Amino acid sequence: MTPILSTKGLTAFYGDFQALFGVDVEIAPGETVALIGANGAGKSTFLRSIMGLIRVKPEMIQLDGRPVGGEPPHRIVSGGVAIVPEGRRLFAGMTVEENLRVAIDNASGRDGTWTLDRVFSLFPILKEKRREPAQRLSGGQQQMVSIGRALLNQPRLLLCDEISLGLAPRVIREIYEIMPEISEAGTAVVLVEQDVSLAKQASDRLYCMLEGRITLTGRSGEISRDQIAAAYFGGSDAVA
Amino acid sequence: MQWLDGLIQGVLLGGLYAQYALGMALMFGVMRIVNLTHGDLMILLALIGISLSSALGIGPWMVLVLLVPLAAAIGWLLQRAVLNKVVSEDPLPSLIATFGLSVALQNAMLQVWSADTRSLPGGGIEQASWQIGSIYIGVLPVIVLVAAICLTGGLSQLMSHTRFGRALRASAADVEAAAMTGVNPKTVYALATAIAVGVLGFAAVFQGLRSTVAPADGAAQLIYAFEAVIIGGMGSVWGAFLGAMVLGISQSIGFRIDPGFGILAGHLVFLLVLAVRPQGIFGRN
Repeated sequence: MTPILSTKGLTAFYGDFQALFGVDVEIAPGETVALIGANGAGKSTFLRSIMGLIRVKPEMIQLDGRPVGGEPPHRIVSGGVAIVPEGRRLFAGMTVEENLRVAIDNASGRDGTWTLDRVFSLFPILKEKRREPAQRLSGGQQQMVSIGRALLNQPRLLLCDEISLGLAPRVIREIYEIMPEISEAGTAVVLVEQDVSLAKQASDRLYCMLEGRITLTGRSGEISRDQIAAAYFGGSDAVA
Repeated sequence: MQWLDGLIQGVLLGGLYAQYALGMALMFGVMRIVNLTHGDLMILLALIGISLSSALGIGPWMVLVLLVPLAAAIGWLLQRAVLNKVVSEDPLPSLIATFGLSVALQNAMLQVWSADTRSLPGGGIEQASWQIGSIYIGVLPVIVLVAAICLTGGLSQLMSHTRFGRALRASAADVEAAAMTGVNPKTVYALATAIAVGVLGFAAVFQGLRSTVAPADGAAQLIYAFEAVIIGGMGSVWGAFLGAMVLGISQSIGFRIDPGFGILAGHLVFLLVLAVRPQGIFGRN
């Protein structure tokens, strides 16, 4: 089966600074993959490259086998990729519903798996707050809007950048509880996480990054804590 | 009575300033571009309108019908060809680009139309007025004010209730997040500038009817637009409208205190707002 997303020798730069050194990742349709690594390992750069926010060569990123590296973000979205960006990035001054409508307006041309009502049944609190300005919601609620917004882009691949960051454990649990429903809809998910045990639990497969390289990959259930520790902090050549 | 008259004439004058300010507020609100060609574009459109009127022998309303789509097309082209290349977090590149364009445009207009002042023949409407007690109210200024209210209201509705409006506000709030939600910012920007310059098509016809235009007049109109936007609060369309009213009333009252004091009164109110409430009267901090 053609992977929905593959990166081939992906390198990325910020000016003269090289942030990614030949990253190879493959995501199959419908699977959930976790990407872990310390701060500055290159996880966010990896996602930004996929979204077209960093210039890379076309062949380095392929959607359904088609080279898309360096295409502008809106083209990537219409290709079936959506992102829950780090820090949520809601549209201030717009209501919860308007934030969601921007995604509906610009959804990829696929079937409408996700509707406003379905997002509201996933996160009932959002229905209550639909007319409130997005910036007035709590952190957890804002994260729900950000996830809902990404889903309403009708992605086949959903990128989640640190969705647990800064949230209370109860809220994190609440948000991770909906992940199975997203997978059941046939959407592949990339979870970028700092919380390793959370990432392991929620994913089928796992990649670990260190200093712009993939240092470990394997099935989440089969990787040991020691392997992760070695790959996460460096010092040994751990490949499962 | 003369103060009531001053107030009324000020509101009517504000109607014209609102038409200058609307597009500037829109462009600043969405792209953080301070478009220094704003006044020159208005003059350019007015001169084109005057030439159309005499070449085709058409009245001002027909000129308006032709000029507004042309203005929108010019705006779209300006954004696509120039401004999309300089729009960024850094306000300097767009300032320099629009400053250069402004100089080039003024000289090009001098070449084509010479330095003569011209005006658009209105077939008598420019002199028509109603008399209420001892106060005369010009028909044309009332039309200008009504047009300004309709344009501001229409733009406000467009921003609140349409797909394009949502894309516009999303891009204004966080352009990168908007792009990651599927919005193409370059298209949104091109349409925003098309609307901004399209509104100048209205302003151009009314300016041509109301007084005279010459190629070098743009700078003064730019200042009025800029002051109205600052007084009202940057980036909000009703703020720009109300800022234009404040500016119009200040000038009009100033004229009645002393004929030489009118324009200066407007500038002083602008400076006062800048000193006391820099986010504008209706702006949020």
